[in-house]
Amino acid sequence: MQKYSIFNLVKNAFTNHENWDLAWKDPTPKEEYDVVIIGGGGHGLATAYYLAKEHNITNVAIIEKGWIGGGNVGRNTTIIRSNYMHDENGLFSEFGMDLWRKMSQDLNYNVMFSPRGIINLAHSDAQMNAYARRGNSMRLNGIDAVLLNREQVKEIIPMADFSENVRFPIFGGLMQPSAGTARHDAVAWGYARQADSMGVDIIQNCEVTGFEVTAGKIKGIRTSRGNIKAKKVGICVAGSTNILAEKLNMTLPIETHLLQACVSEPVKPVLDNVVTFGAGHFYVSQSDKGEMVMGGDLDGYNSYAQRGNLPTLQHVLTEGIAMMPFLSKLKMLRTWGGIMDMSMDGSPIIDKTHIEGLYLNCGWCYGGFKATPASGWTFAHTIAQDRVHELNAGYSLNRFSSGNLIDEKGLGTKTWIS
Amino acid sequence: MLYINCPHCGMRSQNEFSYGGDASVKRPELNKEISDKEWDDFVYNRKSLRGKHLELWQHISGCRQWIKVERDTATHEIFKTFKADEEVA
Repeated sequence: MQKYSIFNLVKNAFTNHENWDLAWKDPTPKEEYDVVIIGGGGHGLATAYYLAKEHNITNVAIIEKGWIGGGNVGRNTTIIRSNYMHDENGLFSEFGMDLWRKMSQDLNYNVMFSPRGIINLAHSDAQMNAYARRGNSMRLNGIDAVLLNREQVKEIIPMADFSENVRFPIFGGLMQPSAGTARHDAVAWGYARQADSMGVDIIQNCEVTGFEVTAGKIKGIRTSRGNIKAKKVGICVAGSTNILAEKLNMTLPIETHLLQACVSEPVKPVLDNVVTFGAGHFYVSQSDKGEMVMGGDLDGYNSYAQRGNLPTLQHVLTEGIAMMPFLSKLKMLRTWGGIMDMSMDGSPIIDKTHIEGLYLNCGWCYGGFKATPASGWTFAHTIAQDRVHELNAGYSLNRFSSGNLIDEKGLGTKTWIS
Repeated sequence: MLYINCPHCGMRSQNEFSYGGDASVKRPELNKEISDKEWDDFVYNRKSLRGKHLELWQHISGCRQWIKVERDTATHEIFKTFKADEEVA
């Protein structure tokens, strides 16, 4: 594989950049693989990469219905954080933060990781207390957390509404300074390029239509491009998990819902953090191009539409304008939607299944993008070793029946309860 | 914007309604032995179909009645609405 470096950039400049290698190949599926990963999103690509890198398993195929980077990995709002209270989420995400910090070097691809900090605003004394508790839990798990008072928040984001007569005055906030953003497309492309260079077949435009299961053991998959035998199969298809589960006669603690995001017209640098509104569900950051990147609530009813509905967008942006009134002056550039696996406790599932050799990675709710490296790393471990790693042991499928829910926010699919 | 035909009030915009999830889920019968699996299926497990989906909505800013709506989860087309206790053909 060609290394991306300033020397290669100069060298290729002499030939008008016409001789760069393809970043990844377009292979025809082989008859059999050691591992087949269904879903060529961020998590699937990362899983294949860590299978090759950490476990030396390179006879791997990624089966993608659409194209690399076309699903949720290209539709999220690029936020990376580990500001969780519960151990399962905190330790898992903080392990991921470490992978994020090294990612550009590791993948030889600039993912533009920008640790600019995230601030969750508090709008009452009670919320300040809750944030103090969460911040303390984070620090016990080695995650950086700073509790800010009103004056400190004002210094960092003076453009927020600090007037006295607002419905939700800003009391302070909880900041994770090491959180940030990264360029999501680059994450997909970086993982794809490295996985491909280590022998992984990335097969695009190939839909999985069924599974071959004999005597409780996975034997392979049926696809729109023929049958493929596989010793192990990993499902990594956030948003479409229930469609594949139905083909396996499985019912999962997941509903598919639609989440929207939007960007404004680009403006000069005004916001150098990620900020979330604490009295509803709204978050905003500014991209390197200058667009304000915003998102918030689910549309609120089961949906596979991949496009949103205006009432929710209006509701979310009303919160945004309450928090930062200047946003009302901006023109909207784009809005879009993606379909999410909403699990019943709001936490993900990375586990084995009742079928031998079949593994499940799903239920990422609002937080799939930031989990990309840690999810790929632990899912690769689970597949390669046929047992869960201690980092994803809490993300079990049977935690719903056993009562070991990871109740981070107490809301999964039922957002109307919040 | 979805327009939902409330069987009590007529056609209204989705802003007047609140969603209640899969209407095909049945609570296990009372006074009967309930297995963990049955309880699990009732509380957590959902088919979450792509396509025709029977679901509960509440006309929260209208008559406040719960209703059943048959809707396509991919196209958002609404085929039919029912009163909460009405049999779905």
